[in-house]
Amino acid sequence: MRFLLSRAAFYLFTAWAAITINFFLPRMMKGDPISAYLAKNQGQISPEAIASLRTLFGLDTERTLLEQYIDYWGLLFSGDLGRSFSKGLAPVTEVIASALPWTVGLVGIATVLSFFLGTAAGAIIGWRRGSRADLVVPFATFFSTVPYFWMGLIAIAFFSTALGWFPASHAYDKGTQPGFTWEFISQVIAHGFLPALTIVVSSLGGWILGMRNMMITVLDEDYVTVAQAKGLTTRRVLGAYAARNAVLPQLSSFALSLGFIVGGTLVMELVFSYPGVGKLLLDATTAKDYPLMQGLFLVITLTVLVANILADVAYAALDPRTRQVEA
Amino acid sequence: MSTLEFRNVSKRYWVRGSGHLLALDDVSFTLASGQTIALVGQSGSGKSTIAKIITQLERQTSGDVLLDGTPIPRAGRGLRRYRQQVRMVFQDPFASLNPYHTIRHHIERPLRLDRVVPKFEVEDEVRRLLERVRLDPDELIDRRPHELSGGQRQRVAIARALASRPSLLIADEPVSMLDVSIRLGVLNLLADLQRESRLGVLYITHDLATARHFSDEIMVLHRGVVVERGPADRVILDPQHEYTRALRDASPDPDKHFGAAAGATTTGADS
Amino acid sequence: MTSDILLSVADFSVVYDVEPPVEAVREVSFTLRRGEILGLAGESGCGKTTLAYGIQRLLKPPAVITGGSALFHDESGDVVDLTRLDAEQTRRFRWDKISMVFQGAMNALNPVLPIGAQLGDVFTTHRPDLGRRERIEQCAALLDLVGVGRDRLRSYAHELSGGMRQRVMIAMALALKPQLMIMDEPTTALDVLVQREILLQISELRKAFGFSVIFITHDLPLLLEISDRIAIMRAGRIVELDTASQLYRDPQHDYTRKLLASFPSLTGERGDFVRGERAAS
Repeated sequence: MRFLLSRAAFYLFTAWAAITINFFLPRMMKGDPISAYLAKNQGQISPEAIASLRTLFGLDTERTLLEQYIDYWGLLFSGDLGRSFSKGLAPVTEVIASALPWTVGLVGIATVLSFFLGTAAGAIIGWRRGSRADLVVPFATFFSTVPYFWMGLIAIAFFSTALGWFPASHAYDKGTQPGFTWEFISQVIAHGFLPALTIVVSSLGGWILGMRNMMITVLDEDYVTVAQAKGLTTRRVLGAYAARNAVLPQLSSFALSLGFIVGGTLVMELVFSYPGVGKLLLDATTAKDYPLMQGLFLVITLTVLVANILADVAYAALDPRTRQVEA
Repeated sequence: MSTLEFRNVSKRYWVRGSGHLLALDDVSFTLASGQTIALVGQSGSGKSTIAKIITQLERQTSGDVLLDGTPIPRAGRGLRRYRQQVRMVFQDPFASLNPYHTIRHHIERPLRLDRVVPKFEVEDEVRRLLERVRLDPDELIDRRPHELSGGQRQRVAIARALASRPSLLIADEPVSMLDVSIRLGVLNLLADLQRESRLGVLYITHDLATARHFSDEIMVLHRGVVVERGPADRVILDPQHEYTRALRDASPDPDKHFGAAAGATTTGADS
Repeated sequence: MTSDILLSVADFSVVYDVEPPVEAVREVSFTLRRGEILGLAGESGCGKTTLAYGIQRLLKPPAVITGGSALFHDESGDVVDLTRLDAEQTRRFRWDKISMVFQGAMNALNPVLPIGAQLGDVFTTHRPDLGRRERIEQCAALLDLVGVGRDRLRSYAHELSGGMRQRVMIAMALALKPQLMIMDEPTTALDVLVQREILLQISELRKAFGFSVIFITHDLPLLLEISDRIAIMRAGRIVELDTASQLYRDPQHDYTRKLLASFPSLTGERGDFVRGERAAS
């Protein structure tokens, strides 16, 4: 209980710090792109939108810094992150909300899949160290070093251009109406296949290697020998004794990679023109769409935090030692 | 001639969650040149805390640690002089020697740092020290620690401790990590050196039998408190404190198990 | 009961197949009687642990059993050559007939499973017919038996002291009422007071259940007190095997004498030790 409370306090503090930095950054920026934009588009923007933009970017200099800070928090709690310049002045919250499911759905599923496949394979390969299963290791090393975009381009060239099995870009065919129709869902799957494959193939090697190496360390522990001396079945020794302990360090890496789902998929979404958060961030940067950029940074920071919280919870559930406050 | 004195020394550790832990509670004793004292206790008794305070790895919470009547200086020349006078031999001969340096380097260093002998005599002094710990200088001087056995390594560690010509030696479980058949050899060596150089030795151990035979006096430490102190034979054969008695009775003692007569027979066989 | 002999080991050899090969155990032969405590003494690297692991077929590559036999004379009258069991037969045999208590309880317990689950493991594997309730009751009874207490079923290893952990290991070794327990330095990492309690417990349990013990340690004085017979090992061979009192009173081999002399007597006057020299000098 004390452990959970102290972790919760830590995360609240980190979230507060991240948001506060997000508040101060535009105030320290040189130049004033926002005022310029507002002046240029006078009359097209509603007064409330202008007010919220002024708060977000620190243009309300007639108010004290503390008042600005309180206004800023008020906006965040009401879900108002300003208007996107490049998306026809649509609310930033809505713009991000329309991109987030694509990224989380595609990259999230691929990352989780890759983690489970790689960890399971690594456990078995580590268990059979010295056997032919070790042949997987050089391949895993190779695939974990191949750059992502290159793998994506090869996949497009091979499966899409040459064989024509899968579409090369976008999330679904143009002109299809999104909805719970078989046509739409099958298109999403077909379009998502190549990007997902690229992610799985390029990250699988890392999970396999990490798990295999931990397994080899854990197999030398006394409790594994004891489990074998107890005459337990191989499955039980492998699962409840060896892999159960070896998986713990994997969890931290998994949390990191979950955190990078939203922010780190820029290259993949670029290669496959996938309408996710990464592509949105790129668009926002090229269009100098500051409100959208600021909103995206906030969302990315918070996802990293949430991923870490998940990892902490998983760790506490799997490792009784972390639950104990030092005696 | 030197005398190390612990005067009402206490050490508290702050432990998260459960307040503080009193590792040493008002401990007083003196160790003088020519004297051998065994500090006996189980794990957690505070004996390693005493070693840490003597080596100044930690400072006492209250009380005084005095060398010849003056407190140990916190820094500077005084601290260097203290460290030259009071030397340590550690438990793990594998960890206490640097694997990258030769035996020569290990023993030269204190010689040069403390300017024990003129530069041109350093080499001779290294050889003399190795001979004193019954090692062959020609064979070992240019070797590195991993090429030596555990017993040889511990002898090198002793030679290094003696290099600065200390008057007091703190031996913290010096043989407990060595193979049983070489333990006595190393202890006998320490005893010989102690007599030759009139060293004061604090022998820290959990083993009552070697404590009794190695040292003049035994000091029994239990939960940070010295519960008994006295001549070695008296403490073991006629313990006054119930904790000492419990320790003695729990220690394996085949002589008692098989009866005194058997002990006499084996004495004959051994000599 | 068919014979007085529980285990007969003959010409047992183990080689570490590295370059150059190391003969860790060389043609070792001995017999173990029912209910007997056999001490196995020697210094590190003498092969005593390799021999014990070899009997239980726990050796991992590069260690290979190169010859000899280890016949286990079961209560039922069956005689099993442990070196000829296949993997599945070995697995079934382990713990049911021969259990082990390992060195240093620190790491012998899985840190992420409650000790109740680790005890229960033994029953789910070897006594699959046992119901869940009965299984938990058995585990609880075992913890009571060794003085840890059934309220510790849900505890984890890090919540127990070193002595408690070793008691849990003994409870686990006792679970299937095996005919032989191999104990590898079971008390070495413990303080003498705790060590003595554990030794007393082992001897009480042996009286109650009648299992034999192979007790491995470098601590010869301790072995002399608790063993019926003692085998002294050096460089992979048993150099001397005799009753404890015979070995103590009249050791035959030079190495046995040297080993005995390495332990100064606690209360006697014996030994090659400094005091004698000091008196002489």
